[in-house]
Amino acid sequence: MTTSKFLEVDNIEVLYSQAILALRGVSLRVEEGYIVALLGANGAGKTTTLKAISNLLGSERGHLSRGSITWRGEITGTLDPADLVARGVVQVLEGRHIFHQLTVEENLLSGGFVRRPSHRELTNDLERIYNWFPRLKQRRGVRCGLTSGGEQQMVAIGRAMMTRPTLVLLDEPSMGLAPIIVEEIFHIIRDLNRNEGVSFLLAEQNAHLVLQFADHGYVLENGRVAASGTAAELAGRDDVAEFYLGTAAAGSAAAEPIQTPVA
Amino acid sequence: MSFFVETLVGGLLAGVMYSLVAIGFVLVFKASGVFNFAQGSMVLCAALTFVTLRDKGLDFWLAALITLSVMVALGIAVERVVLRPLVNRPQITLFMATLGVSFVIEGVAQIVMGASVHELDLGIVDTPIEIGGVQVSQFDLAAAGTAGLLVIALSIFFNKTRVGIALRAIADDPQAALSIGIRLQTLWQIVWGVAGFVSLIAGLLWGARQGVQFALTLVVLKALPVLIIGGFTSIAGAIVGGLIVGAGDSLAEIYLGSLLGGSVSTWFAYVLAVAFLLVRPAGLFGEAPIERI
Repeated sequence: MTTSKFLEVDNIEVLYSQAILALRGVSLRVEEGYIVALLGANGAGKTTTLKAISNLLGSERGHLSRGSITWRGEITGTLDPADLVARGVVQVLEGRHIFHQLTVEENLLSGGFVRRPSHRELTNDLERIYNWFPRLKQRRGVRCGLTSGGEQQMVAIGRAMMTRPTLVLLDEPSMGLAPIIVEEIFHIIRDLNRNEGVSFLLAEQNAHLVLQFADHGYVLENGRVAASGTAAELAGRDDVAEFYLGTAAAGSAAAEPIQTPVA
Repeated sequence: MSFFVETLVGGLLAGVMYSLVAIGFVLVFKASGVFNFAQGSMVLCAALTFVTLRDKGLDFWLAALITLSVMVALGIAVERVVLRPLVNRPQITLFMATLGVSFVIEGVAQIVMGASVHELDLGIVDTPIEIGGVQVSQFDLAAAGTAGLLVIALSIFFNKTRVGIALRAIADDPQAALSIGIRLQTLWQIVWGVAGFVSLIAGLLWGARQGVQFALTLVVLKALPVLIIGGFTSIAGAIVGGLIVGAGDSLAEIYLGSLLGGSVSTWFAYVLAVAFLLVRPAGLFGEAPIERI
């Protein structure tokens, strides 16, 4: 593998509690400006891969037991999660994880603190977020726990964007949302990618949807990369449906356009 | 009637003293989910340090300044040495650890500074003054004023400053706070430092009221019903809870005590707390969890 100047994950293994091997040699790379999809069924290792990249495994007693992750040529293993955020890598956690008791605006602001911006910069950044998500501006004073699932996902993405990232690791943005909201969120992701040059590594179960928006994709199965290729290649392969659903009898479910549980 | 008002006002003002201790708990609990049993010994330690320095002939403000640095350092040390290695452990483990810390602080403070009772004079005259026909203790008024200032300062800190918002974010969801680059450990140190500062204020006022002695750590037990009534996560709740406990205590002592043969105030607050637990478990101002159905 040639050295990339962006994100490179090289043959990593992740152990939880010194006993459970969640990843068994995952390699992948994200080029600057791309949207890369990480596909796979429940338990395939998508979340673990993202957390390994963002150094968030520690709080769940997991650690990298082999392999290395390089961000812009720097090995990230010893960095604090906050250092990584400051260098431009931010994760949007699965299940949104917004701060329920804080207002929408406070949620967004909290994402800006890592850069120690001036008051004016912080306000400008906040306005930028409100431009992308006008709905959040109307809800700015509402405690976030009381907003809808779609709004919460927007807050989670907006909060991550407040860190001014170059790479966003997005874990299951469609989870628990109505199909129409999911479409809206994916369109915003594409806009952020095209207009702001933000790269995305996107973990999703909904392969059909995500491959419409991604440039590149990896399919994980049982902690290994089972397939990879451009989004068009993967979308054209029948066995991809098998990989991410974990069964061969995937025809009907995979052919449905967008099937996401509605909260 | 004026007797009733006098009892009520006296109780309310005494309640503020409980609030001062309760605020220290709220701070740490809010930011890290730890019920810090050592808060009481921190109060004792602050009072003892201050009194020892004063006895050595130090100037009031110099002694206060040194005590403040000792308390902030102590708070930060507890976080760094005891709680940080225990991060992600169950709450009960953390609670037990603070229980241990509490004994260590008490023990060391007494070895270093002695176990005798000290007088602590803050220079506030405690002659009652008359306001609108009601006799009020000047000392209690000063204590209430201090508590008021402290609450205003803390609520500005938590609602308007970046550190404050980040602390509330951590309290809400530490994992998410980590993911957006909030440095948990730095902020925990800040909050323990602030808790050290609050215990200094509480220590000085309680020390002046009761004399600086071992029993000062027992104010923790009185702060507990205050927290249950006001809510563990709200500074405003700590104040209101303190007022309720203070007023309830002294009114019950006068009006119930004569019926039951006295010393109602030793248990009345706990009965109140239990009643609140039944009706409103999050406390008056506690953050009831928002759940999606």
